[in-house]
Amino acid sequence: MKVLVAVKRVIDYNVKIRVKADNTGVETANVKMSMNPFDEIAVEEALRMKEKGLATEVIAFSAGPAQCQETIRTALAMGADRGILVQTDAELQPLAVAKLLKAVVDKEQPGLVIVGKQAIDDDSNQTGQMLAALLGWSQGTFANKLHVADGSAEVKREVDGGLENIKIKLPAVITTDLRLNEPRYASLPNIMKAKKKPIEVLAPDALSVDVAPRLKTLKVEEPPKRKAGIKVKTVAELVDKLRNEAGVI
Amino acid sequence: MAILVVAAHDGKTVRANVANAVAAATQMGSDVHVLVAGSNAGEAAKSAAALQGVAKVLQAEDAAYANWLAEDIAPLVVKLAPNYSHVVMAADSVGKNIAPRVAALLDVAQISEAIQVVSPDTFVRPIYAGNAMATVQSGDKVKVVTIRPTNFKAGAGGGSAAIEQIGGAAASGLSSFVGAELSKSERPELTSAKIVVSGGRGLASGENFKMLETLADKLGAGLGASRAAVDAGYVPNDYQVGQTGKVVAPDLYIAIGISGAIQHLAGMKDSKTIVAINKDEEAPIFQVADYGIVGDLFQIVPELTAAVEKK
Repeated sequence: MKVLVAVKRVIDYNVKIRVKADNTGVETANVKMSMNPFDEIAVEEALRMKEKGLATEVIAFSAGPAQCQETIRTALAMGADRGILVQTDAELQPLAVAKLLKAVVDKEQPGLVIVGKQAIDDDSNQTGQMLAALLGWSQGTFANKLHVADGSAEVKREVDGGLENIKIKLPAVITTDLRLNEPRYASLPNIMKAKKKPIEVLAPDALSVDVAPRLKTLKVEEPPKRKAGIKVKTVAELVDKLRNEAGVI
Repeated sequence: MAILVVAAHDGKTVRANVANAVAAATQMGSDVHVLVAGSNAGEAAKSAAALQGVAKVLQAEDAAYANWLAEDIAPLVVKLAPNYSHVVMAADSVGKNIAPRVAALLDVAQISEAIQVVSPDTFVRPIYAGNAMATVQSGDKVKVVTIRPTNFKAGAGGGSAAIEQIGGAAASGLSSFVGAELSKSERPELTSAKIVVSGGRGLASGENFKMLETLADKLGAGLGASRAAVDAGYVPNDYQVGQTGKVVAPDLYIAIGISGAIQHLAGMKDSKTIVAINKDEEAPIFQVADYGIVGDLFQIVPELTAAVEKK
């Protein structure tokens, strides 16, 4: 079966973000962009399936501006076979991305879609679940372990109290949690090879998807700053402060 | 129009964060209903009826609802949704799993992890691990919202809402529950504990977390960890405090051997008082700590444990 993975171009996780002075958003000009870390885990899981003979082809999907090709290229360098970019400069919210993914799934008919559980920019944690809903598929969210066999998948999920095991019918959507795997680095020869792998570029219109945002962002602000406190020298001083100043113990 | 809060529960009582979700819902409108779906959920429905601000409890009984599978719960919520202006869930692992499925089936956006209700259609939510706050407005007919429990103070109990039985639906057959491996702990639950003791990579091993357990037990505290400590296998995943783990806001948070990565701070910086113990005086955790001690945690923690013992 084919496995489709979705990869999002986000501000690199090491970058300290800055809110724009006019409060319309976060500064992205001249900022290092990378693949969303949870999506790297999604790519890795799909590649491992292919290496085990469980997947025949790994397709990397992205949506957004032309530069998202770089993100797809990263997935191709890790080992994905080909890419699909839905290119648009419009703001894309999770519901719109889920609809674009559904249109591509309808076309490509993968047996499994793997996406990161959330993107580290908008922290929505929605797209995978929304895609499963639109397709009428089962969902294995926050996956810690994935075992695919005979038309179904066993998913170990990270939940509030620990871990939970579910069995879901394929086709399905999986969203990755941190402990699912450790993504590989792309080797230089694979980076070179990736340059020759095909990326199909589509427009949202071609997929008949209305991507208009449903949520209007009125403003984006800095969070209230917490001011640094004091350093104490001894444990006795700390306990005294906690008892008599903060009154918390 | 009324607001529907979808409650997770353990069969006996609804989760503590349902009270926070109800508190958030009362800021969106006045008529708050709570959906308690389950198999033998009668006791849980009663606990929801006792929450302050709840006008009515809808109890849906079906074997398919026993384990909170999104494929089975979402259609039930979708069926009820046209009668409501909002569908609200706590942003825990149940809400995060189910709410987006509900939203997509309704063809509406979801507002994730709202921390403030500005008006019935406008919410503040953190983005970029809490390094920016976005105010967003929804034009959708039904607003599907998950709320961050620590930002909405739960009301007192004492309510006595009516409980109405509603029909269930057949199982979707898409997924089934196999089992759970839940951490057993006598300690207070992390997200509702008044004091949280958290350890990071500085602990250097899972064995060393025993030291924190002793301190936590002396303080009656919950025990947490940084992502680094979980990734290293020192403690199970449900200990993780941070952007992608649990968000806590206790009266006292003691960060031990935690450097203070952005994604960790996102999960604890709303704590009332923060204490940091770290050998690196440049560690970013000190920038948010009210009280910091620079030094060897293996010396400081036992000392602290002894000191809190003698009043």
